[in-house]
Amino acid sequence: MLKLIWLIPILPLFGVAINGLLGKRLSRRAVGLIGCGVVLLALLVSAGAVLELSRLPEDARHFETSLGTWIPMGPLGDAGTMTAIPWGFALDPLSAIMILVVTGVGFLIHVYSIGYMEHEEGFARFFVYMNLFMAMMLTLVLGSNLLVTFVGWEGVGLCSYLLIGFFYDRPFDARTGLSCADAGRKAFLVNRIGDFAFVIGMLYLITTFGTLDYRAVSAAIVGGGEAHHAMLVAVGILLFIGACGKSAQIPLYVWLPDAMAGPTPVSALIHAATMVTAGVYMVVRMSTLYAHAPEAMAVIAVVGAATAIFAATMGITATDIKKVLAYSTVSQLGYMFAAAGVGAWTAAIFHLMTHAFFKALLFLGAGSVIHGQHGEQDITKMGGLKSKLPITFATFMTATLAISGIFPLAGFFSKDEILWGAWSSGNKVVWGVLALAAGLTAFYMFRLTFLVFYGRYRGDPHTFDHAHESPKAMTVPLMILAALSVAGGWIGIPAVLGTTFFGHDVNAFHHWLSPVVASAHAEGAETAHAGASLEFALMGVALAVALAGIGVAFVIYRKREGAAAAIAARFRIVYAMWRNLYWVDEFYEAVVLKPFYAISRFFAGFDRFVIDGIVNATGIVADIAGQILKLFQTGYVRNYALAFLMGVAAILVYLATV
Amino acid sequence: MIDPRLVLVLSAVLFALGVVGVLTRRGAISILMCVELMLNAGNLAFITFARMGGGPEAQIFVFFVMTLAAAEAAAGLAIVIALFRLRGTTDVDEINLLKW
Amino acid sequence: MELIAFYVLALLLIASAIVVITNRNPVTSAVALAFNLVSIAGLYMVLDAQFIGLLQVIVYAGAIMVLILFVIMLLNLREEVKAHPAGTFQRVLAPLTSLLFAIVIGRALWLSAPASFPDKPEGFGTAASLGKELFSSFYYPFEAISLLLIVAMIGAVLLAKRKVS
Repeated sequence: MLKLIWLIPILPLFGVAINGLLGKRLSRRAVGLIGCGVVLLALLVSAGAVLELSRLPEDARHFETSLGTWIPMGPLGDAGTMTAIPWGFALDPLSAIMILVVTGVGFLIHVYSIGYMEHEEGFARFFVYMNLFMAMMLTLVLGSNLLVTFVGWEGVGLCSYLLIGFFYDRPFDARTGLSCADAGRKAFLVNRIGDFAFVIGMLYLITTFGTLDYRAVSAAIVGGGEAHHAMLVAVGILLFIGACGKSAQIPLYVWLPDAMAGPTPVSALIHAATMVTAGVYMVVRMSTLYAHAPEAMAVIAVVGAATAIFAATMGITATDIKKVLAYSTVSQLGYMFAAAGVGAWTAAIFHLMTHAFFKALLFLGAGSVIHGQHGEQDITKMGGLKSKLPITFATFMTATLAISGIFPLAGFFSKDEILWGAWSSGNKVVWGVLALAAGLTAFYMFRLTFLVFYGRYRGDPHTFDHAHESPKAMTVPLMILAALSVAGGWIGIPAVLGTTFFGHDVNAFHHWLSPVVASAHAEGAETAHAGASLEFALMGVALAVALAGIGVAFVIYRKREGAAAAIAARFRIVYAMWRNLYWVDEFYEAVVLKPFYAISRFFAGFDRFVIDGIVNATGIVADIAGQILKLFQTGYVRNYALAFLMGVAAILVYLATV
Repeated sequence: MIDPRLVLVLSAVLFALGVVGVLTRRGAISILMCVELMLNAGNLAFITFARMGGGPEAQIFVFFVMTLAAAEAAAGLAIVIALFRLRGTTDVDEINLLKW
Repeated sequence: MELIAFYVLALLLIASAIVVITNRNPVTSAVALAFNLVSIAGLYMVLDAQFIGLLQVIVYAGAIMVLILFVIMLLNLREEVKAHPAGTFQRVLAPLTSLLFAIVIGRALWLSAPASFPDKPEGFGTAASLGKELFSSFYYPFEAISLLLIVAMIGAVLLAKRKVS
C-alpha cells in the first residue's frame, strides 16, 4: 500500500472529473456517493499506507515515490550536481498524521454535506470543488519537496476562493456591504500576499542549497547551516509570512471571518480542520530550519501568541454564530504557531489534530443549528434550542468542553502540552498570554453555547416552531467527531501523567512524531529542568483558568438578565473596539486599498488616453494620409501619364548624376 | 561632315516634344499622333547609331519598330472608335471614372 | 551639301513637330505629322539608310497617316476646346519635366557620341544587306512580328465592330 501513496491525492480528482463532467446529469444521490466515495477510498489507502509505515523500524519510517521529473535544472547553490525537482510524494510520520486527519475529517464533512446542501443549487459543483480541494490538500501534505507542497498550497487557495464564493450571487455582510463573491476574492488576494513571501523564501532556499527536497534541505542545514544563518532567518520569516496568509495570523487574518460567507461544511473543512493548518504543517516540516534560526522562531512565537489573544477578544462580542467560531479558529491557530515558535513541534501538531476534531464538530453543529433555523445565523435571535436539537446540542457541548480544555477531553491534553512547552522552554510571557487566552476561549465558547441552546428563544416564534433536528447524514458525522473530541487526546497523554497513572510513558503521539522534527527546544534557549510537581501545578492552573472562564460566562449569560448589556455599556470603548474588530479592515481599506485603487484608476486612465490614444492616432494618421493621397487619383489619364514621366525623369537624373 | 551628336540631340528634342504633346493634348487621336512622333524620334536615334557602326541589328530594330507602330496605330485607333461610340467624344478628360 | 540638307530637314522637323503638338485642329496636326514623317525619311536618306527611308515614306507617311486621317474624318472631329481643369497643372509641369528629360538625355548622348561619322560600311542601308540579316539571324522575330500584325488586324476589327443590335 505504501507504493500507492501517489494515488491518495489523485483519487479525489476522479471525483472532480466525473462530477464535473456528468454532475448535472446524475442524480443527487449519485453525485454525493461519488464525491464521498473517492474520499473514503483515499482514507482507506491512507490508513493502509500508515499501517505499513508503522511496521517499519522507528528510524527508517520514510517512504518516497515520484511521478516523474517536473523541472530539470542545472546545478545551484551548494549542490554540485544537476538538480531536478520531481513530482515527489513522501510519507513519514508527520505526513501520515496529516493525511489521516485530512481524509478522515474530510470524509465526515463530505457525508454531512450531502444532508446540508440538499436544498441548494449547484450540488454537483459543490462536490467538484470539495474533491478538488481534497486533492490539493493531500498534494500539499504529501509533497516531498517545497515546490510540490506549493502546488497544493496554491490549489487549496483556489478552492477556498471557489467555495467561499459558492453562492456567488448572494450578499453576505450587511454592515460592510460585502457579497459572497467579494469575500472569496478577499481571501484569495490576502493569501496571495503570503504566497509572494513564500515564493521568495523558496527562491532563497534553492539558490543557496540547490534543492527544495525536505530531507535534503534539512541535511544541508545540519551539515553546514551556520554559514548561512542570516539567510536561514530570512527564509524562515518569509515562509512564515506565507503561513500567516494561509493560516490567518496577524496581519493577514482578515479574510477568515469573511470566509464564513461560504457554506458551513466549507467553513468546517477548509477554515477549521485542513487548509488553515497548512501553515502550521509547513512550519513544523521545516523545523530543522527554524531550529537553526532562533530569531525566526521568536517572531513566530510572538505573532502566534499575539494572534491568540487578539482574536479571542474579538470572539467575545461577535453575534454571528459562524464568526465566533472563525475568531476562535484564528485564536487556536495562534496557539499552534506559538507552540512551534517555542520549539514544541509535536505539541503544535497534536493541537492541530485535536482542533480539527472539535472545531469541525463545532462548525458542523453550527451548520445543523442554521439548517434547523432555516438560515438564521444571528445568536441574538436564538436561544433554548437544546430541546429542539438534542443531538446537535450534545455534540456541540462536547466540543465546547473540549476546546475549553477540560480534562479528560482532547483539548485539555493538547493545550496543556503547548502551555508546558512554552513554560519549559523559558518563554514565560508566552505562557502567560496563552493561559489568559485559554480563559477567554472558555468564556466566549460557553457564551456562545448559552446564548444558542439555553434560555428563552429570542427570535421569530414561527422559526422556533419549525426548528427541527437535522437528518442522519448530518448527525452521524457529528457523533463520530464528538467521540474523537473525547478520545482523540488520549494518544498524547503527557509523560508525567502517563508515568503516574500507568507506570510508563504512554505518549504515543510524541514517540511517533519525534524522529521527524527538530529537537524539542531551540538551541541556546534555557531549558528549565522542572520536576513533575511543577508540571502538575501548571496543569492545574490551566484547568482553573478554563473553569473560571466558564463560570464568568455562566454568571453573565445565565444567571443575570441584562448583565451582558450592562457590562458593554460600562466599558463602552473596549466593547466598541472589540465589536468593530479593532477597525483593522477599515485601516487596511484606508491605508492599502484606497491608494491602490487611486493608482489603478490613474493607470486605467493612462491606458485609455495615452496608450489607446497612440493606437488610435495611428489609425487617424493612416486615415489622414489616405485622404491626402487619394487626391492624386484624379481619374484623368493625362495626370497619370505626367506622373509616370516624372518618375522616369527622376530615375534618369539619378542615373546621370551617379 | 554631319555631327552625329547633333542628330542624336535632335532626336532627343523630338522625343521631348512628343512627350509634351502626349501630356498636353486632349483629343485621343492627337495623343496617338504625338506617340508616333516619339516613336520616330527613337527610330532616328537608332539609324544614327547604325550609321555610327552599331551593326546590322540597329536597322533591323527600326524595321521592327515601324511594324509595331503600324500595328499599334491600328489597334489604338480601333479603341478610339469604340470609345467614341460609347462616349460620343474622344476627349480623354471625359474618361475619368477611375477617380477617388 | 549634305550639311545643308541636314539643317533644312532638321528645321522642318522641329517646326512640324511643334505644329503637331500645339495646333488645335486635328486635321492640321495630321498634315503637320505627315510633313514630319517625310522630313525624317529625308534624314534617313541623308544618313545613307535608303531602304529604311523608303519604308518610312511607304509605311508611315503612306499607310499610318492615311489611317489616322480616315479616322479623323470618320469621327468628324472638331476643334479641340480650351484647357480642362485637369490640364492647368499639366500645361505648366509637362513642358518643364520634358525639358529636364530632354536635357538629361541630350547631354548623355552628346557626351557619348563621337564627333563625326566613320566611313560608310559596304552595302550599308541597302535592301540586300537588310534582307540578309532579317531572314537569317532575325528569322524568328520576323515571323513573330508577322503574327503580331495579323493579331493587330483582328483586334482592330473586333474592337471597332458595331454591336449587332
